Amino acid sequence: MSKVLMKGNEAVAKAAINAGCRLYFAYPITPQSELIEYMAKMMPTVGGTFLQAESEVSAINMVYGAAGAGKRVMTTSSSPGISLKAEGMSYIAGAELPCVIINVQRGGPGLGDIQPSQGDYFQATKGGGHGDYHLIVLAPSSVQEFADMASEAFDLADKYRNPVMILADGMLGQMMEPVEFKPAVTEKEMEEMGHQHESWCIHPNQDGDLKHHHEINSLEIDPVVLEKHVNHLYEKYDKIAANETRHELYNINDDNEMVVVAFGTASRIVRSAVDELNAEGKNIGLFRPITVWPYPYEALAKCIGPKVKQVYVFELNTGQMVEDVKIAVNGKVPVHFWGRVGGMVFTPEQIKEKLQACY
Amino acid sequence: MKTEMICAGFGGQGVLTIGRFIAQAGMREGKHVSWLPSYGPEMRGGTANVSAVVSDQPIASPIVSTPDILVALNQPSIDKFGPQIRPGGVLVYDTGMCPKGCNRTDIQIISAPLTELAQEIGSNRVVNMIAIGMVIGRTNVIKYESMEEDLTSFLKDRDPDLLEKNLIAIKKGMELGKP
Repeated sequence: MSKVLMKGNEAVAKAAINAGCRLYFAYPITPQSELIEYMAKMMPTVGGTFLQAESEVSAINMVYGAAGAGKRVMTTSSSPGISLKAEGMSYIAGAELPCVIINVQRGGPGLGDIQPSQGDYFQATKGGGHGDYHLIVLAPSSVQEFADMASEAFDLADKYRNPVMILADGMLGQMMEPVEFKPAVTEKEMEEMGHQHESWCIHPNQDGDLKHHHEINSLEIDPVVLEKHVNHLYEKYDKIAANETRHELYNINDDNEMVVVAFGTASRIVRSAVDELNAEGKNIGLFRPITVWPYPYEALAKCIGPKVKQVYVFELNTGQMVEDVKIAVNGKVPVHFWGRVGGMVFTPEQIKEKLQACY
Repeated sequence: MKTEMICAGFGGQGVLTIGRFIAQAGMREGKHVSWLPSYGPEMRGGTANVSAVVSDQPIASPIVSTPDILVALNQPSIDKFGPQIRPGGVLVYDTGMCPKGCNRTDIQIISAPLTELAQEIGSNRVVNMIAIGMVIGRTNVIKYESMEEDLTSFLKDRDPDLLEKNLIAIKKGMELGKP
């Protein structure tokens, strides 16, 4: 298949349809509006359902319902809209249902602005909704990776019966890059997908046999039972952490004198600065987490080689992922942080200056 | 080789389209490309701009702060991005829209009354094609053939007349851009 030049928002929408998503519920918000526009246009052409809900709260609850029926379902929004979905996400995680949520982050807090930001890292990885639960969170750094993550997110959601979030930002949503799509799932594959959840999901009870009674619920009044359920969730999360942690290493070697950590689009800008400094004879490695929950703590710890004197973290927020980096580095070397906020994006020159100042 | 470019002008002048055509043509030539627009309220009436990168290597930062090429379709764009052009880089601008021009002496400046030229060709819509031609005439960021293939693929059946005017406009621009 040949490459096409596409915006991240459109590419991930197309890839989700290719992955078998036939139900999509959302409410428009900049900078992810091209995503919902694409779905509005394309869903009817593949026999799917697009429904513009009256609010983000209803969109996520439509997702709850469709996920309970065992279907591949997705909702998308940008930061303030994701906050509105937080209650629903907690319910869906509690009820152990598979679904995909995309957050094309913008500046916050509050209504903030519509420029790119990574200010929702805490919300995505540490909670957002109430209670003890986790989303699996994937952080793309290119339009190609954004698109590829659509099918990966659905597969992970189905595998673990857990909501999966793709944590992008306005820059990636608005940017065009060449992208190559995986072939769309076939009718037969769609049918098989439909069967995989039959042991627990709501589906038509054709023979009137009450043994097929399935409950979709996140309420459990008996604390003994609820504790057991939460412990079960955490056993599942441990399994996810053991099997699904992903990261990318860039120029990581035994002679690194500094290691830089960044995720998503910020890592692209940082990489330009690292390239320039390495060309001048420095030896800086770049570590990019691809899953930000589960966080690749062990992989990052291994990157702190014998000559590494310090670690520098760059984010488009006031310092959120840096806390996970500190857990991974565990006091071995100093961890510095610099970021920009409010929708302002740092340039490679600014990153270069920061790195030069303490190399 | 990596070429970084900014195209800027008033919203509605088609500067985002200039960047898009160049990215599209670069992709056709098997290069790595990225296209990053300014978006939001500044697009309505104010200035719109796009960063486009064409490179033999995978592109790290899609943000361009020191462009090799600036295409400016209004004076505020020269005022804002002109000082950032890499020394030795190229500035292409419309003399009709940029009365003050640019006073830098360490860059290559190519200018022409684009709107008038477009009218001579017979369509106001080809202003950005003349600008692209000027870029092709002076630099090797993309080839004329890639633009021709690209335009032909979607205009041949839909509007053959506009296709012809577009190609004439690019060639006109290439003449103007010749060193």
